[in-house]
Amino acid sequence: MTKVQNNKAWWLVLPVFLLVAFSAIIPMMTVVNYSVQDIFDQSSRYFVGADWFRQVLQDPRLHDSLLRQFIYSACVLLIEIPLGIGIALTMPTKGRWSSVCLIVMTIPLLIPFNVVGTIWQIFGRGDIGLLGWMLNDVLGISYNYAANASDAWVTVLVIDVWHWTSLVALLCYSGLRAIPDVYYQAARIDRASNWAVFRHIQLPKMKSVLLIAVMLRFMDSFMIYTEPFVLTGGGPGNSTTFLSQTLTTMALGQFDLGPAAAFSLVYFLIILLVSWVFYTAMTHSEKN
Amino acid sequence: MAEIRLQQLAHSYSANPTGPEDYAIREMTHIWEQGGAYALLGPSGCGKSTLLNIISGLLSPSEGKVLFDTTVVNDMSPEERNIAQVFQFPVVYDTMTVYDNLAFPLRNQGMPEAKVKIKVQEIADVLDLQPLLKKKAKGLTADEKQKVSMGRGLVRDDVSAILFDEPLTVIDPHLKWKLRRKLKQIHEQFNITMVYVTHDQLEASTFADKIAVMYGGQIVQFGTPRELFEKPHHTFVGYFIGSPGMNLIEVKPEAGGVGFGGIHLPLSEALQQRLAATQWSTLKVGIRPEFVHVWDSPNDDAMQADVTYVEDLGTYKILTLKLAGQLLKVRVQEDKPVPQGQAWISFPSQWLMLYADEFLLEAAANTLPASEVSHD
Repeated sequence: MTKVQNNKAWWLVLPVFLLVAFSAIIPMMTVVNYSVQDIFDQSSRYFVGADWFRQVLQDPRLHDSLLRQFIYSACVLLIEIPLGIGIALTMPTKGRWSSVCLIVMTIPLLIPFNVVGTIWQIFGRGDIGLLGWMLNDVLGISYNYAANASDAWVTVLVIDVWHWTSLVALLCYSGLRAIPDVYYQAARIDRASNWAVFRHIQLPKMKSVLLIAVMLRFMDSFMIYTEPFVLTGGGPGNSTTFLSQTLTTMALGQFDLGPAAAFSLVYFLIILLVSWVFYTAMTHSEKN
Repeated sequence: MAEIRLQQLAHSYSANPTGPEDYAIREMTHIWEQGGAYALLGPSGCGKSTLLNIISGLLSPSEGKVLFDTTVVNDMSPEERNIAQVFQFPVVYDTMTVYDNLAFPLRNQGMPEAKVKIKVQEIADVLDLQPLLKKKAKGLTADEKQKVSMGRGLVRDDVSAILFDEPLTVIDPHLKWKLRRKLKQIHEQFNITMVYVTHDQLEASTFADKIAVMYGGQIVQFGTPRELFEKPHHTFVGYFIGSPGMNLIEVKPEAGGVGFGGIHLPLSEALQQRLAATQWSTLKVGIRPEFVHVWDSPNDDAMQADVTYVEDLGTYKILTLKLAGQLLKVRVQEDKPVPQGQAWISFPSQWLMLYADEFLLEAAANTLPASEVSHD
């Protein structure tokens, strides 16, 4: 059978191309535009080539927040993914309690970011906050997120875990529910240990939802802005100033639009790269 | 290696069963002897899988006992019962190779690796899995996966019994036959009790020495394929086994026998006495299409019937006859003449079965072979 060549079919791609152009490419081009020029006003602009990129990549302030950002996202993933899996495994599967669990788990996901920040900002205060008061006055642990860098760090981490572990747990729960009973029955017949059931049945079947969970939690945590901003404004010092806050300060506070644009692109490429690495690593093992 | 005994066993999925309809398994007592090859035959939803899961220990019966030899195993897990089970749909461990899949149950038992290797190679040979041993189980086709699934059941030769729950559903027809032969060979080689659940009578009779036919949560007959064919103990067995199934006609008792629509069917003295002594609400006679006698010409013993349809199936023909308002199927060998328009038939008394409330009614002396009982 001969294949009919008809290049007019390319026209069918046009709607998608236009959609993507308006939703992503054109807005991003404005940033590209700023990143390679120094723009003062409508009439005076100078092409600077890769200068802004060079400057941004050598800026120690950005190096610091980039490092902080990587440590933070790594901590988030290392805590939330195993914890989410653990919760999903222990959640009841039938009856009234499973519904109760699902509802309770969903509540944190429905709360807006700045509200979550405010909740913990008050909750953790030593004078009027329940948590702060408990730690300081009842348990005798000195805790002050406004003054102590590691306290602030831990608080920001706890906020994220509180806010988003549910998402991981719910995704895993849906993955677990999709496993037919017969797999567990076969495993019992084969005398598989609980660990073997987890390793060879549950984990492989959860893989696709875990991939989504890891990607979402990585991207979200890598872009964290509101919670540390509401809690301490990035302090004490710069201890909880992550990438997006540094970028915001640069773009809107100092009005350094050129370096900010260059930095935005680098930021975007980092997220793209890491996401790609995760995706490839998690799907690659299937091919062998 | 064990004899499996079910004692007054019953199971209901509801917490407070009120009547027999609530039971998936109605009270039964049954013995699977050590080393037998058995089939559990019945339509979907008759309780076959439930019964199998109770034997393997995946399900705990609500009433009665399961015994392996003399030990009550009700509270023992499948591991403790040391039983293997193959399920209807393939279950493989995706992350492992075919070799590791087959080795998995052995390694879980703590078998030394050298011995594991021998056993796995042996079973891979039997199931033609040799070329696949190094492949990941995930990429296999459905029937390859099912072979791996079966292999995991067969690889342990110390098991009390191997249970098969319609294991060949997903397998190609030509391979089905081959695998059934394999199972039979394995059975002969290792002398393991095997219980094979199916709804396919051909599958059941080629695999098993004895077949238990299940219907509505009970075993209505347990016997060799020949017994099920020649002397169904329940109208369901008559209808379900054989192709086409048994002719069943509702009758009323008459002097000297039973009758319907002006047709009189004489019964033996002993059977008449038995009928008189039995309480019943429906009474039926049954005769297999193979056993209806077709006469070449009219005679005094024969009943006249209208031929309504002739179906030619090559080596035999199936006639549909109308006798006193009742439709009958009759199987005629190809070398016999096919009656046109009218047929003269009779029901040989040794093949005419009487069913009261769906269960076979026999003359009291049922230790004698069927042929001698009815010839009097």
